[in-house]
Amino acid sequence: MELVAVQRVPPEVRGTKLRWRTGVVAISCLLAAGLAGILIGPVRLSPVAVGQELLDRLPLIHLPSDLSPREQAILWQLRMPRVALGGLVGAALAMAGAAYQGVFRNPLVDPYLLGVAAGAGLGVTLALVYFPGQAGWPIDPLPIAAFTGALIGVALTYVLGRSNGKSRTTVTLVLAGVAMASFFTAVQIYFQQRHADTFREVYVWILGTLATSGWRQVILILPYVAASGIALILCRRLLDVMSVGDEEADTLGIRAARVRLAVVAAATLGTAAAVAVSGLIGFVGIIVPHTMRLLFGESYRVIVPLSIIFGAAFLVLADLMARTALTPTEIPLGVVTAVVGAPFFLLVLRRARRVG
Amino acid sequence: MTPTPYRFWWARRKFLASVLGALTLVGTACGTGRDGTPSTSTQTGVFPVTVKAANGDVRIDQRPERIVSLSPTGTEMLFAVGAKDQVVAVDESSDYPPEVPKTDLSGLQPNVEAIAKFNPDLVITSDDPNNLVKSLDALDIPVMRQPPARTLDDTYQQITQLGVATGHSTEAANLVADMKSRIERLVKLAPKFSEPPTYYHELDATGYTVTSRTFIGEIYRLVGLKNIADAATGTGSEYPQLAAEFVLKADPDLIFLADTKCCGQSAKTVAKRPGWKEITAVKTGAVVELDDSMASRWGPRVTDFLDVVVQALAKLESAKS
Repeated sequence: MELVAVQRVPPEVRGTKLRWRTGVVAISCLLAAGLAGILIGPVRLSPVAVGQELLDRLPLIHLPSDLSPREQAILWQLRMPRVALGGLVGAALAMAGAAYQGVFRNPLVDPYLLGVAAGAGLGVTLALVYFPGQAGWPIDPLPIAAFTGALIGVALTYVLGRSNGKSRTTVTLVLAGVAMASFFTAVQIYFQQRHADTFREVYVWILGTLATSGWRQVILILPYVAASGIALILCRRLLDVMSVGDEEADTLGIRAARVRLAVVAAATLGTAAAVAVSGLIGFVGIIVPHTMRLLFGESYRVIVPLSIIFGAAFLVLADLMARTALTPTEIPLGVVTAVVGAPFFLLVLRRARRVG
Repeated sequence: MTPTPYRFWWARRKFLASVLGALTLVGTACGTGRDGTPSTSTQTGVFPVTVKAANGDVRIDQRPERIVSLSPTGTEMLFAVGAKDQVVAVDESSDYPPEVPKTDLSGLQPNVEAIAKFNPDLVITSDDPNNLVKSLDALDIPVMRQPPARTLDDTYQQITQLGVATGHSTEAANLVADMKSRIERLVKLAPKFSEPPTYYHELDATGYTVTSRTFIGEIYRLVGLKNIADAATGTGSEYPQLAAEFVLKADPDLIFLADTKCCGQSAKTVAKRPGWKEITAVKTGAVVELDDSMASRWGPRVTDFLDVVVQALAKLESAKS
């Protein structure tokens, strides 16, 4: 339906195509970040040996490295999955942020706008309170609880964000999101208060972490992030049209409310998956799309794909900081992204004021 | 610290040691740490062993020689069962006994690679943040999770497990027996009241406390004290936050401060709180300043904690008569 509409949209004047030189630069940045993430850590692994290890895994190449079994385990079971997960989570949050900013025509919007974070937080708290001690569980209940909570949060916001029988406008949706988030957060704090022993676990989760073990979480969220990414890339032209305004979009033959639902659903799916495995990591969804906007132009045809790539690279580097800056302690990832993100956010605000 | 019961207990330790003859009772001392007898134990236990920790069955192939402890309580237990020479690193919060090999490893925000750097052959932890246990499993490093005890039996069980895991099962058994007999003696020693005195155990200055259904509450219950926070039992949390008004109204006979180090509270600061001058405990000087760590860990020093409680009761009794 929407795809048919895409064909009817005349190419926008200010919309630029993603130049492929930019694409190459972006991919190289991502690869560099990934390599740094793999090479640097509290335990020193020689870059040569790591290179040999990586090549050894390629088909037809046999190049055993001189890493000890434990060092191999550190590389393959700790660092690689962590870098991969950082990339996926960063990509999911950044593209969701870009998409939300597009459909809500509001530069200050982040992926947690419609109650994803509050819903997931409540889900995790309830899981910790009512299913403590997950040692014996075949699957970890926390990601499932977070994912379910996030989806319920957004679904409620969407259902309740209908103004006066009319269709949902961005304003009513955002206000409904704010109300839902306050409500969910209040319920969460109430349960936390009554079960103070879960406080620390909830706290660790709220501040965000990518500390994983093995590839389980990566495999868990890969399908959701991929589906969300493909959907948003397909919608990038529609986002450009939507940024003009609902009525203008309507005159161009696009049903704004329906596009918004599709984009919100896709972005929410990716965000919920990210939140489920990494907790709440703030600011990625705001600063990455805005940087893309500042550097490469206003068109979502450029912003969405580049946000995916640079979001991944940014979070991999932020996590590198989180796990090495205060060795042997880890800094919560949400703290790192906020420390980098808050000053940047102020910059964006200043610029927005000057332009507006 | 605790003249009469302490010496009595110590004497009996020596007696016990002589009876057991060949077995040297290692520097356990139920956490007094003053009898730092070096571990001369020759019995190493039979390995491999499998112990049942909170994270499931843990198989330990050889006597661990490079233990990393991320649990302050676990550290105290390890030293008390005589495994001190096998411990290479403890986390930043492990501060007892003083000679522990303290590092800046964190038990709250642990980084697995940083732990792996010590090349440990056994890791002890009480919590499992950041997927710690699974990550150590991935590196084939045996890890025992010993969560906060809910009862004294949990404590005994954890000590026994650590003894088996480190090749000190006899010392662990002796330590548990000593703790049990010391507790029994302290309970007998404690003065009896026709009406049980009430107490308030303060975790922080904002009213967080414990009910009788917690590990700490169990210790007080042993000597027949009545917890003012039990009115909050059944509200969901065994660590409720009491309103200051409620504490004033409950008018406890004893106040135990477990927030002297963390939050700088003392009998003086308590007396200065608005209205608290009228509380019986404050009026009679029955505000007991505890060592935070002693009153929050479920390790061998729990007997010292009970000792302090019994002394406070003795003081209360002499003040009444």
